[in-house]
Amino acid sequence: MTEKVLTKNISNVNDTTPIDRYEANEGYLGLRKALNSMSPDDCLLEVKNSNLRGRGGAGFPTGMKWSFVPKHGDCLPGHKYLICNADEMEPGTFKDRLLMEQDPHQLIEGMVLSAYTIGANIAYIFIRGEYRLAIQRLSEAIEECYNSGYLGGNILGSSFSLEMYVHPSAGRYICGEETALINALEGKRANPRAKPPFPQVSGLWGRPTIVNNVETLCNIPHIIHKGAEWFKTLGVGEDSGTKLFGVSGRVKNPGCWELPMGTPIRQILEDHADGMQTGLNLKGLLPGGGSTDFLTEVHLDLAMDYNVIGAAGSRMGTGTMIILDDQSCPVGMVLNLIRFFAQESCGFCTPCRDGLPWTRQVLEDLENGKGSEADLETLAYQIKYIGTPGNTHCALAPGAMEPLQSAMKYFFEDFKNHITLGRCPYEMNGVY
Amino acid sequence: MPTIIVDGKSYEVGSGKNLLEACLDAGLDLPYFCWHPSMGSIGSCRQCALVQYRDNDDQHGRIIMGCMTPATDGARVSLKVEKAKEFREAVVESLMLNHPHDCPVCSEGGECHLQDMTVMVGHRDRRYKGKKNTHRNQYLGPLINHEMNRCITCYRCERFYRDYAGGKDLSAQASRDRIYFGRHQDGILESEFSGNLVEVCPTGVFTDKPFLADYSRKWDLQSSPSICSGCGVGCNISPGERYGRLKRIHNRYNHEINGYFICDRGRFGAGYVNGDKRTNYVGIKEPNGAFKAIKKNEISRHIIQWLGNGNIVGIGSPRASVESNYLLQKLVGPSKFSLGVSQTEHNILKRQVSILQTTRASNPSVREIEMADAILVLGEDLTNTAARIALAIRQATKNKAIAMATKMGIEEWHDSAVRNLAQKELSPLFITTTAATKLDDVAMKTITLSPDEIANFGLELARQLADGNSQDPQIIEIATYLTTAERPLIVSGPSLLNANIVESAAAVADALAMSNQNTQLSFTFPESNSTGSILLGEPQNLMLSDIIENIDEIDVLVVLENDLSRRLSAFEMTQLNASQTKIISIDVLENKTLEISDMVLPAASFAETQGTLVNNEGRAQRFYSVFSPLHDRLPSWQWVIDIAAVIENEELSAIASFDEVIDLCAQNNNFQALSSVAPDKNFRDHGLKIPRQTHRNSGRTAITANTSVHEPQQSPDEETPLTYSMEGLNRDQPSALTPFVWSPGWNSNQSLQKFQAETDGPLKGGPSGIKLIKSSGCGVSLDYDRTPSVSLKNNYWRLVPIYSLHGSEELSLHTKEISELAGLPFIMLSGRDADNMKVSDGDGVIVSGDDLRISISVRVSARMAKGCAGYSAGYNEIGHLTADTYVQINRDDEWQPLKPVVIATDRIASFKSEDNQYV
Repeated sequence: MTEKVLTKNISNVNDTTPIDRYEANEGYLGLRKALNSMSPDDCLLEVKNSNLRGRGGAGFPTGMKWSFVPKHGDCLPGHKYLICNADEMEPGTFKDRLLMEQDPHQLIEGMVLSAYTIGANIAYIFIRGEYRLAIQRLSEAIEECYNSGYLGGNILGSSFSLEMYVHPSAGRYICGEETALINALEGKRANPRAKPPFPQVSGLWGRPTIVNNVETLCNIPHIIHKGAEWFKTLGVGEDSGTKLFGVSGRVKNPGCWELPMGTPIRQILEDHADGMQTGLNLKGLLPGGGSTDFLTEVHLDLAMDYNVIGAAGSRMGTGTMIILDDQSCPVGMVLNLIRFFAQESCGFCTPCRDGLPWTRQVLEDLENGKGSEADLETLAYQIKYIGTPGNTHCALAPGAMEPLQSAMKYFFEDFKNHITLGRCPYEMNGVY
Repeated sequence: MPTIIVDGKSYEVGSGKNLLEACLDAGLDLPYFCWHPSMGSIGSCRQCALVQYRDNDDQHGRIIMGCMTPATDGARVSLKVEKAKEFREAVVESLMLNHPHDCPVCSEGGECHLQDMTVMVGHRDRRYKGKKNTHRNQYLGPLINHEMNRCITCYRCERFYRDYAGGKDLSAQASRDRIYFGRHQDGILESEFSGNLVEVCPTGVFTDKPFLADYSRKWDLQSSPSICSGCGVGCNISPGERYGRLKRIHNRYNHEINGYFICDRGRFGAGYVNGDKRTNYVGIKEPNGAFKAIKKNEISRHIIQWLGNGNIVGIGSPRASVESNYLLQKLVGPSKFSLGVSQTEHNILKRQVSILQTTRASNPSVREIEMADAILVLGEDLTNTAARIALAIRQATKNKAIAMATKMGIEEWHDSAVRNLAQKELSPLFITTTAATKLDDVAMKTITLSPDEIANFGLELARQLADGNSQDPQIIEIATYLTTAERPLIVSGPSLLNANIVESAAAVADALAMSNQNTQLSFTFPESNSTGSILLGEPQNLMLSDIIENIDEIDVLVVLENDLSRRLSAFEMTQLNASQTKIISIDVLENKTLEISDMVLPAASFAETQGTLVNNEGRAQRFYSVFSPLHDRLPSWQWVIDIAAVIENEELSAIASFDEVIDLCAQNNNFQALSSVAPDKNFRDHGLKIPRQTHRNSGRTAITANTSVHEPQQSPDEETPLTYSMEGLNRDQPSALTPFVWSPGWNSNQSLQKFQAETDGPLKGGPSGIKLIKSSGCGVSLDYDRTPSVSLKNNYWRLVPIYSLHGSEELSLHTKEISELAGLPFIMLSGRDADNMKVSDGDGVIVSGDDLRISISVRVSARMAKGCAGYSAGYNEIGHLTADTYVQINRDDEWQPLKPVVIATDRIASFKSEDNQYV
């Protein structure tokens, strides 16, 4: 059985971990250790050495991201900020919710440690507005921390102080993009910012800011407490640590499990999700949420590691898979996703704002049996136009195009069949 | 200077530019929408895509946005590579998905940047088969028409209106492909600069509403290089005319003054030129008091009758050209000439000029004002007295942001990054006024004082700068900001009619300039030629009051473009009317002076003649007619020459051309440079005159083709290097002669960049205008001391003038839209006074003083000096209220507030898309 790290306090689905139980199970030991015996630079080194990579989707090395924060003296006067990105809106993704609802102190400890490392004195949890239970439990936990000396002035008697706030989002997918999140937090339109400058240099209120995903931050207490070397041993592949993997779609046991990084896809699907529902076969899967490329049966033995999945033409993303079965229409599934992305475009740049609704229109025609060969050319053109990184202001549009471009690659016959049949071949199956 | 390689060819480009700017500077056609030369880059439209290559070996390259990428030395890019062209076409195709194909009935058609860019990228065939999104349009007031369906979401309007001009009531709303640019509800746009939306919008979302109601295509318009006569700043404008009607006014780029933007008075305030108050024929007053039209050549008969002892006195005008004023003074002699303003105003303006002639500080152009990094405003509500300067000061407050960005390695053109970095950090601006101003939102501190206190405040500050002995923490703080600044700026002017404010401003500026030679001192001047009129004044000149006192000794009084009722008291006007003196009025519009005149000579407006105006920095600029005068109108300088012929003044009556008038004016020491202000009438570009019309175009004659295919014969223009024709070159002539901008493929105002040496830089035709005021730099000798503070009288208020962009200026107020915006004359009260009187905005009060009792509407100011009340200066109906008088103010219980005016909803899109609930 794998070692449970992030979910070690999580057993009963409806339960949360109060501060006493969290403390009793090695909680806040990492923080005590850091404040007693480690400098911020020591902490940074530990996180760097751990090879922790961002769990929000992009997989950027966390220690390296932190190291871009300028030291005092190299930046304008004012605060530095830590922001927890808890705006979990990626289709098919529900891992951060679990961590926040059931072990809020793990996240808080991770944030205090991260803030200590980068020199931030103010931290925000920017959380999806619908996560009411998580908002409530985090708020209560923060209150407990202020009362117990884990937050506020001179934490645990040290010279380090941190204020923490929970900020519920008004609700847009784009707020998960870190610079759009920062704009939203400042009360502005949630449009992403142009980079450079990166938030590490000019972020919230124009000051150095680190934005990390919930799950990323939850790893920090364990890395500091038990060390980078221990953390590296947790993964079974090339990446370090454990990860919350999820499966949704028509499998027997959809859910979310903490498993070692590098666990093969097949193992997640068959051992944990218990395989496809009776009578259905796997046609494809989006390995890390709605904005990742399809993989198919031939990829099932790949390890869920960032570079491995990347080499197969997709992305690890959030590590929460969406399964497409052979009775559901891939065009319909992609249309459903494109509808979502077109709806959620912030409207700032042209290819995303106007291109995605155009793609939606073409896919609707196809799905409704009104498509033509020319539409397939248009789709290919749009994939290039909207999907090429750099063509758009942020990564939403290329992400939106990933399921479409891979569906065109793997399920091209299905697209063609819609045209030749003049209807959706799956329409009798009642899904999508 | 970096060198970039575009499609294999090397170009040297300016440093600190982005690749889009660099390509445009190199003369290359790279399409764009959201970037604006004066507002920088945000990277939203993705239109200016290029392919950039890492090095010589990189054959693939990657798409980058020209506007977001620095033009670094050695950068290798391609415009022409298929990948870049295909992407740029895709962007236009996406923008056109929802754009209505209404070009034939769109007022932007023919000068639409979207049309130009669509053609430039080669997009033609439409693949999108879905329905177009539609929006509901808003009523935005009488100036701006809203047609949201045409929007391509470039964000320029919002960025200009909010970020650049500080407006609050227009914003980007909703999201995705439903983004909406408008107000939170229908209503009049609040910004004094809203008209720039017309030119900032790359297509027809925001268009000129009065122009729409009296429309002509750009290619049918005749344009001229002109100067705005709305205030003393002298913004350059390009009026457009068709068949004797002034159709619209566009900004005309002047690198030193207005740049890309003008105020709404300048853009919309000239409708009076077509109005029914224009004087059209020579009028002679009948015994019954009515005017009878007579022929031009009949004037001599009457004037000769009136001559009597031959005592002719002339009254000039700060809104008439240098030439007209000069000729009138020459005709009657300096000792029988008045500049035509009140003594108080005259003294202040004369002092302002003499200060500018000696101050150690420099006298900045609008562009130099934008470079200031600490600003003190003494007594001026600049948005309403010199709007373009207010806009420049708003930009100057961003200099701190730019300095912060530079420190962090962020380029100045990277607009959103600069703003995100600096947030609310602004360069220090201190505003000392009697009432709230529209710049208060960017001021570090606003100080509310009565006019005398403002003067004392300035003096105290000057002393602190000189000897550092002040105990007042506020004075010390402001002095510290000003002394630590690199380019401090002091702005003041005559608007409170208090000479000591001007003295104190000069004292502050001179004290600063002792240690900092970058110190700037700027004065506003109220009217378009106030400065010019002061410069041509002579010591012997009469004051208006001298004329009234001795009115019975005067046989003929010639009044040049001046409504004396705006300068004289009601009593003095009565005296003037009762006298036997024959009054000859030369003016553009009917007014109260015309009513009491014996002869009316119809004058050409600024749009029908040429002349020179001197702006607030002393810059002389020439304006040119955009059409020849209709009816019996003549340029006022021509009328003076005609009168000279009647009274047998040989020197003046011998003048045969406008150029000779200029030569004569140049005899005045202050105007020696007058003939260099613009080329004389013999100037030719490649042997051709400068055309006022766009290039040959077959559509031109369509308007009256139902009756005749012939265009009406155009009058020849013998007086200027311009011609009423489409024949000729409008390319690289001196900037003072550029009537409009157009370049092949660039039909919109964006073609300006083809006339500039570099984007946002000077014009290829060189600077325009000549500065007539140069400072000796020897310092200002101050001639005043602390004014004893006035003891407040219980239950009395001291009246101070309050100016409105719409309402305070004489001629523009006769434009329908401006008068609508001006509203009723008003008394402005502090919130506390209003509360005590139990009145609020729109209620009425009774103002009583010596021989005065009027019922008038109330406006409440966010701040107002204690014991002071404002009155709406320049509004025609309230000539009885004068500055610095004391009045009692009481609630008017009988006041009938106007009913709220029902505002019609403009138009509703004829059908709604399925998801219109998002807007």
